[in-house]
Amino acid sequence: MKIKPAVLTGVHFMNGDYACAEGALAAGCRFFAGYPITPATEIAEAMSRRMPHVGGIFIQMEDELASMNSILGASCAGVKSMTATSGPGFSLMMENFGLGIMMEIPCVLVNIQRGGPSTGLPTMVGQQDMMQARWGSHGDYEVIALTPSSPQEMFDYTIKAFNLSEKYRLPVLIMSDEIVGHMTERVVIPNEEDIFIINRKKPKNKPGKYLMFQPEEDLIPCMANAGEGYKVITTGLTHDERGYPDMSAEAQEILITRLCDKIRKNKDDIIEYTVFGQDDAEIIIAAYGSPARSALSAVSLARKEGIKVGLFRMITVWPFPEEKVLELATRARVIIVPEINKGQIVHEVERCSKGRCQVISLPKLARIHTPYEILNVIKEVSNS
Amino acid sequence: MSQNDIHPMDKLIRADRMPHIWCSGCGLGTNFSCFLSALDQSGLDIDKCVIVSGIGCTGRIPGYTNIDSYHTTHGRAIPFATGLKLANPELTVIVFSGDGDLFAIGGNHFIHAARRNVDINIICVNNFNYGMTGGQFGPTTPLDAITTTSPYGNYEHPFNLVQVAAGSGAVYVVRWTSLHVRRLTNSIKEALLKKGFTFIEIISPCPTSFGRRNKLGDGLDEMKYYQKYSVIRHGIDPKDADLCLNGKIVVGKFIDVDKPTFLDNQPDLVSMAEKNKK
Amino acid sequence: MDYWRKPLDIDKYEITHGAIHIIIDRCKGCNFCIEFCPKKVLEVSNEFNVKGYHPPMVADQAGCVACKLCELICPEFAIYVTEDKHMAISKKEPHED
Repeated sequence: MKIKPAVLTGVHFMNGDYACAEGALAAGCRFFAGYPITPATEIAEAMSRRMPHVGGIFIQMEDELASMNSILGASCAGVKSMTATSGPGFSLMMENFGLGIMMEIPCVLVNIQRGGPSTGLPTMVGQQDMMQARWGSHGDYEVIALTPSSPQEMFDYTIKAFNLSEKYRLPVLIMSDEIVGHMTERVVIPNEEDIFIINRKKPKNKPGKYLMFQPEEDLIPCMANAGEGYKVITTGLTHDERGYPDMSAEAQEILITRLCDKIRKNKDDIIEYTVFGQDDAEIIIAAYGSPARSALSAVSLARKEGIKVGLFRMITVWPFPEEKVLELATRARVIIVPEINKGQIVHEVERCSKGRCQVISLPKLARIHTPYEILNVIKEVSNS
Repeated sequence: MSQNDIHPMDKLIRADRMPHIWCSGCGLGTNFSCFLSALDQSGLDIDKCVIVSGIGCTGRIPGYTNIDSYHTTHGRAIPFATGLKLANPELTVIVFSGDGDLFAIGGNHFIHAARRNVDINIICVNNFNYGMTGGQFGPTTPLDAITTTSPYGNYEHPFNLVQVAAGSGAVYVVRWTSLHVRRLTNSIKEALLKKGFTFIEIISPCPTSFGRRNKLGDGLDEMKYYQKYSVIRHGIDPKDADLCLNGKIVVGKFIDVDKPTFLDNQPDLVSMAEKNKK
Repeated sequence: MDYWRKPLDIDKYEITHGAIHIIIDRCKGCNFCIEFCPKKVLEVSNEFNVKGYHPPMVADQAGCVACKLCELICPEFAIYVTEDKHMAISKKEPHED
């Protein structure tokens, strides 16, 4: 047996799930906890094979509640950690995703979405958890959710997810889908030194002076790990800057406002999207995840026919690119939103376009839209 | 004898948070005191000790302990602790939580962490009910006991926690009451220094909820009951250590064995590769 | 409760003596220390602390052998004992609080 390095520099032919696992290892993830679930199981399988090569830990937990908690624990011990799941498992993780938000623990949670609700369609694609990603845990908070569209992006944006989680001290979501997870494509893994890595801010004060939840100017507190002598106190209860439980309206106001603001005020740094042919576009397709691939084909086909159409592909769905959508809505006549659900992100597009253009939902279940389905709608709209 | 005296355990508690939330006559403070003494006597580097809990009255213990402390969600202390320990094996990880937290909502995590033999130490305070929410029956409430959700007497069979722990694979299983302060302290110390998944159950008074509704008197009366009705039976089969309302309390050390931990059994690819070369 | 016999070699041992310190305002009046002191050194006092409980008082200082059971059993970290060699001589020291 040959020991493989953490970063498998080179050109590979791998599926999105494996690319996600390799991205995590390249980002420095050394703790993976998971529970088998279609279509995310390959990530756990890849991690069980690869972790011993890099001196990391793979643990198959008894359920998703345990998976989520153990990655929080591992991150508190200073090790970058990740879990991966799908529909039902994502629901089980939601409570402790909230614990990660409250305790401000960096880690990455991957959801390879399938059809729901309940057990639903385990082997078929879905994008039905997009609102759950935003609001799935109780209480008020802001999240970061990325939606890669290819195995290459699964690699790249898993690294970015780790960087964002370490930078902003919160669990970051990768809201992929079954098509991207199971699709096998070319994945280029760069040299280790070319991979940009962000690590959490370490305490600048000595033990005794350092406070676990005292924010710096960017609203993000420095993080001490367990075993470093800082005697940290952390709780899921509303707490003050020391971490002491504080059962008062004032403490709730201060803490929750900061937890939201640390994302809201830094959204320009977080939000990422691509645009194609937007300058002259009267019709915009707004898509994310696997439907963005069909949408790109549809836009290319339509433009060949002389229709002024553009693609707005969201890579960060949460925080939602509100300002960009408003700008597009101001210039375009119609925004079409193809999604593999009954219409979720379309409501956000409607909200942010503020009535300045027509917004059309293009829902579909369990399958990806074909380019021609989208093209037909473009043509209908273009002729009307 | 001035009022400004500093208690010797003040170095290990967050003294600025005293008084704690526990009622007069509650056993939790005593259990906590024994834990701190054990920690103090263990000789462990306290900067490398971490305490984790779930939710409940017992779940407040980490918040009062002046070491790295994590007060997590209901039932999830064990997986959180598992993550801490596996990510940094240098840490000594203690889970201090209640019977409802560890064996009802968190029961699945308990049996699996024991099965894996993750090297963490579980201290479970068993007061036979959910105290913090006002005294509902739980997985350890004896048959016929009155609680706010068993007003006609509990009709569910309780767990015998030491049997559950032993059956799940814990390498060290002990039960004491809050009164057995010295034996409890020694057992906690032994558990802290032992490798593998250790389990200590502490039978503890809850005078405000369980004691009051079952006419057990105040905390002191419950402690006197422990004095009168506890029987030490080291090494007996844990199945014979079940508890009932107003019955004998079998205490002692039931299991103390050694077996490889989760980390001991990790695949060692480096030596496997060496072997293949030869 | 007379379980104990007098050890035959008791002369060979020096019995330690303790000074009891009570942090009055931490006490919640559970009486564990009073009840379980093997030498019955403590008693309930008549005074109230800030929380309205009756803290314990030392009734028989000379009787304390510094076993520290009260220190270990106290749920409130409100009582502790320091070993005090002189205490053996100054018997029946009055309660100071």
